[in-house]
Amino acid sequence: MQVTLTINGREVSRDVEPRQLLVHFIRDTPGLTGTHWGCDTSNCGACVVLMDGTPIKSCTTLAAMCVGHEIATVESLEVDGELDPIQQGFHEMHALHCGFCTPGMLMTTRALLNENPRPTDQEIRTAISGAICRCTGYQNIVAAVRWAAEHEAAFQQEI
Amino acid sequence: MQTPAPFQYERATSVDGAIAALVAHDGDARIIAGGHSLIPMMKLRLASPEHLIDINDLEHELAYIAERDGEIRIGALTRHVDLLGSDLLARHYPLFADAEEVIADPVVRNRGTIGGSLCQADAAEDLSAVCAAVKARVVIRGRDGERTVSMEDFHVGPYQTAVGDDEILTEVRLPLRSGAGSAHFKTERRAGDWAIAAASAAVWIEGGTIADAGVALSAVGTTTIHLARAEELLRGAAPSDELFAQAAQIASEDCSPSADARGPVDYKRHLASVMTRRALRRASARALAMEA
Ligand SMILES: Cc1cc2nc3c(=O)[nH]c(=O)nc-3n(C[C@H](O)[C@H](O)[C@H](O)COP(=O)(O)OP(=O)(O)OC[C@H]3O[C@@H](n4cnc5c(N)ncnc54)[C@H](O)[C@@H]3O)c2cc1C
Ligand code: FES
Ligand code: FES
Repeated sequence: MQVTLTINGREVSRDVEPRQLLVHFIRDTPGLTGTHWGCDTSNCGACVVLMDGTPIKSCTTLAAMCVGHEIATVESLEVDGELDPIQQGFHEMHALHCGFCTPGMLMTTRALLNENPRPTDQEIRTAISGAICRCTGYQNIVAAVRWAAEHEAAFQQEI
Repeated sequence: MQTPAPFQYERATSVDGAIAALVAHDGDARIIAGGHSLIPMMKLRLASPEHLIDINDLEHELAYIAERDGEIRIGALTRHVDLLGSDLLARHYPLFADAEEVIADPVVRNRGTIGGSLCQADAAEDLSAVCAAVKARVVIRGRDGERTVSMEDFHVGPYQTAVGDDEILTEVRLPLRSGAGSAHFKTERRAGDWAIAAASAAVWIEGGTIADAGVALSAVGTTTIHLARAEELLRGAAPSDELFAQAAQIASEDCSPSADARGPVDYKRHLASVMTRRALRRASARALAMEA
């Protein structure tokens, strides 16, 4: 079937089988391999993307189910060489090591900050409880989200 | 890489349209809601439906939590995240939030629905026990109209419900009665995992005695366990720790867990009893706090 999705504001159209999972539809698109595919069992959160702003696991969603919805992947964060504050936070606080979990972590926490610009540490931990990091440890990830929250607030005060 | 077997995909534009599609495919079609039970099953080839009818466009018909005619009515497509955030449920049946906080993780909860949870009828499903304890009734619609069934009649066997091949679960109805208190307790191996054992309890206290009670267990049998014997014991008695300990004893006797990676049988029976006692204690404390 012809599936046309809006990914990062751009229309991507391909003839795929209805059984194609969103994660593979995305990763088969040139330039969009940032979304990772880990456990394949909806447990690790590496494949998280946003659907109409809400984080979902793309390994447990059919591409066909996303027609008519806006998908955002990790590639949407950086604009014209300018990192999103959440990416900058991960950089500043050393919140990635191998980087495998990072795309999912970034999208999950970006969505958190969009909803709740000043989350408590507990709220950050709850938000990423469906995302597994096997090497950095969660302490730095929580610190990175806090960094982003603080810098975003400062940035918004400036303008 | 896990990939489902091939199937045809269509989107329903109305509940009646979805039912017509189920009828047309004569047993070869399945509804897909959140997909967070069905897609994993299809990836493992435990399910291989030939047609999928996607009902996610039916939020206008099937996603709501509303008070009407002395009941709380929950549309089948209501997602876990909305059950967790509902003030109406928090006020009348706080066991929903107890359960939702520990069902999977927030990202899964953005997709999974109450209808999908109940229709999956996995014995470890938390919402099945929750709905059994509060004596919910569910509305099932087919081509010949609607019928309403109790949770006891809804659960017909492991992964089996009263919903026919060409029917849809449309609504869950919770009775609103005075003096209600409820709670859900779960023990899991790690955050977001399925229960090793979980208990849901509801009590309706009038003038210091338990007018009615509902108790149900998850993950300690091949289906959700309705603890009828414990409910009988509680009905008409005054709430006390001793009474709850007796009900908890029944829970450990009337469950039928099997040993697996989550633990041995005696441990699960013990957990069933402890979860039941805690759920009853909290349910009763909540009922009395509401009364005060
Ligand atoms: C990693 C992970 C962890 C989880 N942990 C837990 C947990 O701890 N506790 C828990 O309770 N659950 C848990 N779940 C399950 C989760 O709650 C699912 O979302 C839920 O079981 C299924 O809901 P769904 O809407 O995704 O259903 P789907 O997967 O879309 O459907 C499930 C079944 O119900 C049928 N169906 C769906 N809607 C209807 C309808 N309206 N009428 C008729 N049939 C219908 C489908 O045909 C299918 O057979 C977990 C899931 C995952 C992926
Ligand atoms: S790959 Fe989707 S949750 Fe792990
Ligand atoms: S940085 Fe390696 S898994 Fe998280």
